[in-house]
Formats: sequence, structure tokens, C-alpha cells
Amino acid sequence: MTSFDPISAALGGLLIGTGALLLMLFNGRIAGVSGIFADALDPQRTGRAWRVAFIIGLVAAPLLIAATGRGVPVADMPAWTVVIAGGLFVGFGTRLAAGCTSGHGVCGIARLSPRSLVATAVFMVSAAIVVAVSRHLLGAL
Amino acid sequence: MGMIIAALGSGLVFGLGLVISGMTQPSKVLGFLDVFGNWDPTLAIVMACALLVTAPGFALLRRRDASILGVALDWPTRRTIDPLLIGGAALFGIGWGLVGLCPGPALANLAGLSPKIFGFVVAMAIGAWGQDVLLGVRGSQPQPT
Repeated sequence: MTSFDPISAALGGLLIGTGALLLMLFNGRIAGVSGIFADALDPQRTGRAWRVAFIIGLVAAPLLIAATGRGVPVADMPAWTVVIAGGLFVGFGTRLAAGCTSGHGVCGIARLSPRSLVATAVFMVSAAIVVAVSRHLLGAL
Repeated sequence: MGMIIAALGSGLVFGLGLVISGMTQPSKVLGFLDVFGNWDPTLAIVMACALLVTAPGFALLRRRDASILGVALDWPTRRTIDPLLIGGAALFGIGWGLVGLCPGPALANLAGLSPKIFGFVVAMAIGAWGQDVLLGVRGSQPQPT
């Protein structure tokens, strides 16, 4: 298990919530990253510029932290086939469900949206089942 | 221009939260999802603290007619829980459980210039595009004005 740091978790969570609040306060938009990402790639959309800017902000964050001397964190990733399959599932599923951990989880639950409460429960249980099967039934990926 | 700067700042603050909380590390996310293993409660704390800001914050913003930049506040309005919502969430969960990345952390991780992260993000884009082609845009985000 990776080291558990509740202070960083709490501080990070407050910042995530603040980022979502700022986007509604200034742009009047829900900070749903899956929707922002997919719509930023859709040439028929208007309002792509702010979506691209939001994504640039996301990418700039680790670089800013790296500038303070902590280094750019490198994500530990599974085999290529799992990476591609995972990406396809995440892209297709979040689009179909109209939201992901940010839009349904952080923003939707805050509004007590029944859709978001159900979606969050479903994707958490689904992911937990996949982890249980891959780690405890099939062995570590 | 204001919208672009505000979105850049919002994304930056959101991204700093992801990195500081450890949510850009798939191992932390998988540790939370691994309820039968050595459970890591980090994600629950992160989400609870994010909600500590968004729940009261959104409740206050509900009273406003327009944003600071003068655009309408675009609150989601759909209420129906249908099979597409549940199926989509279940499929998303499969991918999330396989890799430990959801869209926000995946995009923030592009900064690390790892080929597998780029591969994941490209696959995510293809998956989203495939959904739009097969089933049509579901309109999670109402049409921008």
C-alpha cells in the first residue's frame, strides 16, 4: 500500500472543490472533466477555447508542483493492452453516463442530483469488482 | 478572454488538488478500490473535502442569475435514471478499475510525458467519440451559448 497522508488528501480535496466552484462562479459551468475533454475535441462545438484552457490548467498543475522541486510525478501504468482497454472503457462509459468522478462525483453529489448519486455508486462498485477480480482472483495485473 | 483565463485558473487549482491529494497516482486510486486488500481511504477523504467546498458553494451560487463574467449558470437539469446512465457508469468503472485513472487525473498526468498516459488519453478520446457516433451526443453538457 502507498503511504496514507490524510493532510495532503484533505488539502487536495479542498482545492479540487475550489477549482470546480471557480468554474461555476466565473464560467457558469460544471467542472465535469470527461465532458469538457470530449467537447473540446468536437469541432462542431462552440466554446472549445475555455475547455482547452481548463485542460491546459490541469496539465500545468503537475509542472507547477515540479517547479517547487518535487519532480513531475510519473504514473505507474499496467501493460499496454490494459491501458488501451481501460482508456476505451473510460471514454465510452463516461460519455454514455454523461459524467465521471468530477462531474457526477464532486459536482453532482454536491447538488444532491439523484442521477449523480446513482452513477457514482455504480462506477465505484463496478471498479471495486474489477480490482477484486484482477488482484484477488486472477492475481496482480 | 475572461472565460479562457478563468477556465485556465480553475483547471490549475483543480489539477493542483489532484496532484497534492495523490489522485494522479493510479496506485492510490486502486488502493481505495481494493476493498478486499490493504484498503487506502485517501480517495474518500479527497472526495469528502471536495464536497465540503462544492456543496455549500453551489447552494450559494444557486441564488445567482449569472456568473461573475455575466454568463448564465448552466446547471444540469436531467433527473431521469435510465439504463444508459447505469450502463455507462458500469463501463466507466471497468476502465477505472483496470488502470486506476479517471479523466481528470489522466489529463493531468500528460505532464509526465509518459507514452502509456498518451495512449490512455487517445483511447479515452476514441471511446468518447465512439459513443457519440453509436448513440449520439447525450448532451451531458447543455449546448453552449
